Amino acid sequence: MEGMSIIVKKIVQLISALIFVFGMYSAIHGHINPGGGFAGGVLLSGAFILLIIAYGLDYFKLKQQTEATSIFESLSILIALLIAFSGLFAGSLYFFNNYLPAGTPGSLISGGLIPIYNVLIGVKVAATLSTIFFALIIYKEEIRR
Amino acid sequence: MTLYILCFILFLVGVYGVLTRRNLIKIVISLTIMEFSVFLMLVLVGYISGGLAPIVVHPEGSDISVVDPLPQTLVLTAAVIAVATNSMVLALAIRLYKKYGTFDIRKINELKG
Amino acid sequence: MEEWIIILFFVIPLFGAFVMPLTYLFSPESPKLITPVITLILLMLSLYSVICQPEQIAYSIGGWKPVDNVPIAIYLVYDGLSGFMLVIINLVAFFSSVYAIKYMEEYTGQKYFYVLMCLMIAGMNGVVLSGDLFNLFVFTEISAKSSYALVAFGVKKDELEASFKYQVLGGMASLIILFGIAMIYWQTQTLNMADISYMLQNAENNIFPVFVQLIFITGFGVKAALIPFHAWLPDAHSSAPSPISAMLSGVLIKTLGVYVIMRLYLSVFQLNESVSIVLLALGGLSMIIGVLLAFGAWDLKRLLAYSSISHIGYIITGLGIGMIMLSRGENHLAATLAFTGSLFHIANHAVFKGLLFLNAGAIEYAANTRDMKQMGGLAKFMPVTLTSSFSASMSISGMPPFSGFFSKLIIILAAVISGFYFIAGLAVIAGIITLSYFMKFQKYAFYNKPSGKSPVKEVPGLMRFSMISLAVLCLLMSVLILPGIRDGFLNPAVNTLMETTEYASKILGR
Repeated sequence: MEGMSIIVKKIVQLISALIFVFGMYSAIHGHINPGGGFAGGVLLSGAFILLIIAYGLDYFKLKQQTEATSIFESLSILIALLIAFSGLFAGSLYFFNNYLPAGTPGSLISGGLIPIYNVLIGVKVAATLSTIFFALIIYKEEIRR
Repeated sequence: MTLYILCFILFLVGVYGVLTRRNLIKIVISLTIMEFSVFLMLVLVGYISGGLAPIVVHPEGSDISVVDPLPQTLVLTAAVIAVATNSMVLALAIRLYKKYGTFDIRKINELKG
Repeated sequence: MEEWIIILFFVIPLFGAFVMPLTYLFSPESPKLITPVITLILLMLSLYSVICQPEQIAYSIGGWKPVDNVPIAIYLVYDGLSGFMLVIINLVAFFSSVYAIKYMEEYTGQKYFYVLMCLMIAGMNGVVLSGDLFNLFVFTEISAKSSYALVAFGVKKDELEASFKYQVLGGMASLIILFGIAMIYWQTQTLNMADISYMLQNAENNIFPVFVQLIFITGFGVKAALIPFHAWLPDAHSSAPSPISAMLSGVLIKTLGVYVIMRLYLSVFQLNESVSIVLLALGGLSMIIGVLLAFGAWDLKRLLAYSSISHIGYIITGLGIGMIMLSRGENHLAATLAFTGSLFHIANHAVFKGLLFLNAGAIEYAANTRDMKQMGGLAKFMPVTLTSSFSASMSISGMPPFSGFFSKLIIILAAVISGFYFIAGLAVIAGIITLSYFMKFQKYAFYNKPSGKSPVKEVPGLMRFSMISLAVLCLLMSVLILPGIRDGFLNPAVNTLMETTEYASKILGR
């Protein structure tokens, strides 16, 4: 896939940073605002996908990126699983036990473990969607050649 | 009630598409339409007219109606599953296109199920 | 037995699935070691929990206590039926994963195979343990999605096509199930299976549950491949790699289809005679048509896949007879017999159909063909495959003293006692035709004149280990029906089915 014109490239440069920041905001504020890990993760991967579409495939070394994203995918879900499992050892023998203090409703640091899960899910979703996109587009390029 | 019936009609549109279209990509699109009709219905089940987003920021006892949060989480989960379905089916469609050189299911018939 | 042990059934395989891509970076051979170890641990755990024989465990995730007697947590429920299914799933999973080590060496991208296999096992264990309707749906999807990918694993023409067909039909079935779940939530405002059951008992509207039950018959009927919904099964099961075919035919269709039907229709919904008759009719139809389709097949794996349809028919027939008898409330002995036969046949079919698919894989591995006309004379070269497939063929066609005989006998007896002579006759005819086409398989594969190819070699040791162990199990499973041993394994499951909606009152405590 070829890159697009200079206008598109410049605008995408500006916009994708904004999208990225908004994605992070969504994921971190998931427990007090509409949004959350999944929506945030989709936005994060959207920023990358936009860049790739605007600049063309040859600009990025996609094979290496795919390896990195799949490592992040596994790692984030593993950490989430370990945190969920650690609830068993924090007192009450319950899986997904929310053992951190709840805090005041409405503030950023509240809801115990839920913001941590949200961030991990955000990373996971961003990595997964990027992996899917890379897989599809690499394969399409291979067909074309 | 009208809204529920419209959802059901959307579902039937999806079924019609899956059954009659010959193009792999159009079949995938029809499946997506079916998915969305079910999601719409789930959201409608939990909707209260005039309800707010169900986030606990108001002090207890205040008289504000919120919509039912459970169907919304269900839709979110089901949407994640739908992402998996769509990406799998599309990946398969691309692979099939490479093997057969066409998206037409009438020409993709090695197997007799 | 501690309550929290039951979460390990899906945490361990999930953990394995996500750890393998990381260990693969350091040692490409590590997934081959990790998967059998995980399945062995799961098998040990499931046997341990059957031996402990807990009455019923209701474990709430997150530790949320009920509010005003309404459960708000996601529940995991372990009872006799769950324990029974867990042992079968993990047994077949263990032998398939050991078999897969050598068999999968000719494929590329092996690490994904093991990751997907672990995910599939996690999904199935989760389905069996789940006490929450939506959670059940999610676990169903986890195992179904990984099975779609595994069917297409060879990325050849027919595998891709089979997977696409499987996926479109499976996706539609999932949406129908989700639609049913939405209907239930609309009416009862809850998703906890025990609570749904309680609400439906006290509901006045009698048409609504029947409507939902019919929707679920369609949805889970596709997953179980009952006869009008079976179109995907022969393609998908014959195209998958052989260890995965063994998993799909052996346990996946039973867990996603038959187990869920049993759980929902007996423990959650009120028994309804007309719905039970629909199930019985579908079961009888699958039984006889599956057999006839298998009789005409020349592709070995396709023959086995059609035969799976007919055996699912046997299981559903037993279930239907039991449900009709229970809903009429007259003959509890017949209902007990029918459920015993049905559950025993689930266990037997998992073992012998798993073994037969592994045999088919061994023949494909050694002789490189699936067409029975091109085999022949393999008896000289492959003694282990010959013996084990003979054992499985005898068991599947119902020869005493192999295990298949007893389960079929019990189902036929139950049909006769309840007065369904026609169904009993169908079952006998289906059994005879089954015997004939497995004789055909034995003759064409092992005893005919050798085809002109170079002599083939017996398969490697790890594959032989799986086949021999399962062949021994085919014979040993008959012991399960003896009084005394029966109380440990089969009877808790039958009792769970017999006590129907007491399931709810036990969990809710009211």
